Amino acid sequence: MADINVKINGIPVTVPKGTTILEAAHTAGIDIPTFCYMKEINEIGACRICMVEINEGRGFRLVASCVYPLNVDNAEIRTNSPKVMDSRRKTLELILSTHDKKCLSCVRSGNCELQALCNEMGIDHEDVYEGEKPVYEIDNSAVHMYRDNNKCILCRRCVAVCEKWQGVGVIGANERGFKTFIGSAFEMGLGETSCVSCGQCIAVCPVGALSEKDYTDAVFKAIADDSKYVIVQTAPAVRAALGEEFGYPIGTNVEGKMAAALHRLGFDNVFDTDWGADLTIMEEANEFLDRFQNGGKLPMMTSCSPGWVKYCEHYFPDLIDNLSSCKSPHQMLGAMAKTYYAEKIGKDPKDIVVVSVMPCTAKKFECQRDDQNAAGVPDVDYVLTTRELARMIRRAGIKFTALPDEDFDNPLGLSSGAGDIFGATGGVMEAALRTAYCKLTGKEDEIVEFKEIRGTDGIKRAEIDINGTKIRVAVASGLANAGELLKRVQSGEEKVDFIEIMACPGGCVNGGGQPQQPASVRNFEDLRVLRAKALYDEDANKELRLSHLNEDVKKLYEEYLGRPGGHKSHKTLHTSYVKRSVN
Amino acid sequence: MATKTTVPFNGTAEQEKRLHEVIDAHRSDPGALMPVLQQAQEIYGYLPIEVQKIISNEMEIPLEKIYGVVTFYAQFSLYPKGKYNISVCLGTACYVKGSGDIYDKLQEILGIGDGECTADGRFSLEACRCIGACGLAPVLTVNEDVYGRLTTDKVKEILDKYE
Repeated sequence: MADINVKINGIPVTVPKGTTILEAAHTAGIDIPTFCYMKEINEIGACRICMVEINEGRGFRLVASCVYPLNVDNAEIRTNSPKVMDSRRKTLELILSTHDKKCLSCVRSGNCELQALCNEMGIDHEDVYEGEKPVYEIDNSAVHMYRDNNKCILCRRCVAVCEKWQGVGVIGANERGFKTFIGSAFEMGLGETSCVSCGQCIAVCPVGALSEKDYTDAVFKAIADDSKYVIVQTAPAVRAALGEEFGYPIGTNVEGKMAAALHRLGFDNVFDTDWGADLTIMEEANEFLDRFQNGGKLPMMTSCSPGWVKYCEHYFPDLIDNLSSCKSPHQMLGAMAKTYYAEKIGKDPKDIVVVSVMPCTAKKFECQRDDQNAAGVPDVDYVLTTRELARMIRRAGIKFTALPDEDFDNPLGLSSGAGDIFGATGGVMEAALRTAYCKLTGKEDEIVEFKEIRGTDGIKRAEIDINGTKIRVAVASGLANAGELLKRVQSGEEKVDFIEIMACPGGCVNGGGQPQQPASVRNFEDLRVLRAKALYDEDANKELRLSHLNEDVKKLYEEYLGRPGGHKSHKTLHTSYVKRSVN
Repeated sequence: MATKTTVPFNGTAEQEKRLHEVIDAHRSDPGALMPVLQQAQEIYGYLPIEVQKIISNEMEIPLEKIYGVVTFYAQFSLYPKGKYNISVCLGTACYVKGSGDIYDKLQEILGIGDGECTADGRFSLEACRCIGACGLAPVLTVNEDVYGRLTTDKVKEILDKYE
């Protein structure tokens, strides 16, 4: 498209025709605040905080910069004139007029887009408009999260991500005008709806209206209890994002410091869910080859992402037999910690507490599911998000940036590169295919990369030819994409043997439990790409890149499980699913 | 915040058949939700969860999105009209003569809010603007019956006539 020349605050800027003012200003090094706008998710121009003045030949007027396309040459834009500042301040004051300003006790204090902008704009009187205030009950009906509408600014980012990216749409704006609030149909609590617990709404919320159910106090208490043996494990994607909470650039892998911080928090063992991922591959690759070669139910669908599993149960209940029966990696690790490892260290599984640090809020739901209790007690006791771990580290006074790099503990800590990439879309499939390739060809240590299923495209497809055996695979991330793919599978338009689905767009690296990045970052950086790179780099730099060559996993089979898909595996590492309805 | 209606749903097979016909007629139209909701309300008189769920399933629109539209527009009702529909004038003349208090009293006695219906289906309550009887302010109507020059202590008496 042709370029046009405009002036922003007197600075000449050349951008392609149709570029929004917000984007053009960014290229000129000028930030314009936004609330409702989130690139590719919510582009409704509704909140009016991003107003700027533009003169396209007919005098200056105020427009919403986030959605206003530049089409007129020589337009002049002012992003910080008195009129703009006045408009911005008025909008902020009106938002504050109904906002519950309990910043001291707010989980987002210090990381709140509203608080930050009030500070920038020098709001020195927060009660300019005193009058009626709506009062809402906190919705705590869901297993994984709270909604506190008293803090909601009605930006609708949560609504948009739930409907557009996740194809779920269980939250929306009800009523109108002053009475407008975000909620579910017929005032159902979120827990009564077909919410899949993905937590994407929390990840995009600019304020403290949405937050995970926090288990940091319970975990501190367990650590302090001498009668408990407390094991922690961390998912692949956590190490790719935790650093953001401590000022590291997005995409910094802080695995070593994270392990050190966990040791210092006082956990008895620091294990790696990547080990559980390698174990998952042993079971899942075996399950796939068994189904593929012996006429089992195909396409087989991965089951690592609990948001996806719940989505399948609600929205595609006829396909639950296509789900792999494998538990997810952290549930597998939990199961082995309370059986195999408990025997090794001579502990009663009842005295072992397993804490999983996950990029995910759906894992909070998953660990409470039925049929996730290999030792007769829950495989995993507490799931913390990446954000909660950061809170624990801060609360314990651990100076994260000054920590040395430490390793995970054995014997549930060694992992292959294949386990590392579980955190990105396509990673589980690639890990499984690497092992399947070796099994089918008999070349036990040949590493084959499957780059065609990497990257952030919503749906990826490939046909893999292994010694003349053709395997058709598809990978989807973001549940709206998953829904589209599955409809095509159901109608027969799409013929596939193996499907990987991750609930969150881009996979776990962009999970609902990951550090919240403000719109000012998300509108210009792709978190999915930056964080995934940390995992693919880790994989590429490892010598051990195949799950089936993980010595500690091999030892587990020799000493305890027998063989993949065997009787003991089925008892401890596999699970079942239920059909659910849509609400 | 609205509350869930407790009036039992008494939709007939005939009504459901008509609703499906309406949905079929609009299925391929962009922006079909509004006309479908309008016609559904004509068929049932209101839009309870049972009706919204049929529309949601058939049109593949999330239930919450439909509920959001229904609660946004004043033309849609989540509640049926009661056997006796009470309409309280909140127009200027009635309001300055205290119809707001009458309205509050009715909500208190009946235990329902604006636009709602009692669980037994007997009374529904709504506010209206000026019925042209300002000389009798404050005024309310129960179906076709008009009651004027009201005070809050007369409310119970009026309701008793319709028990």
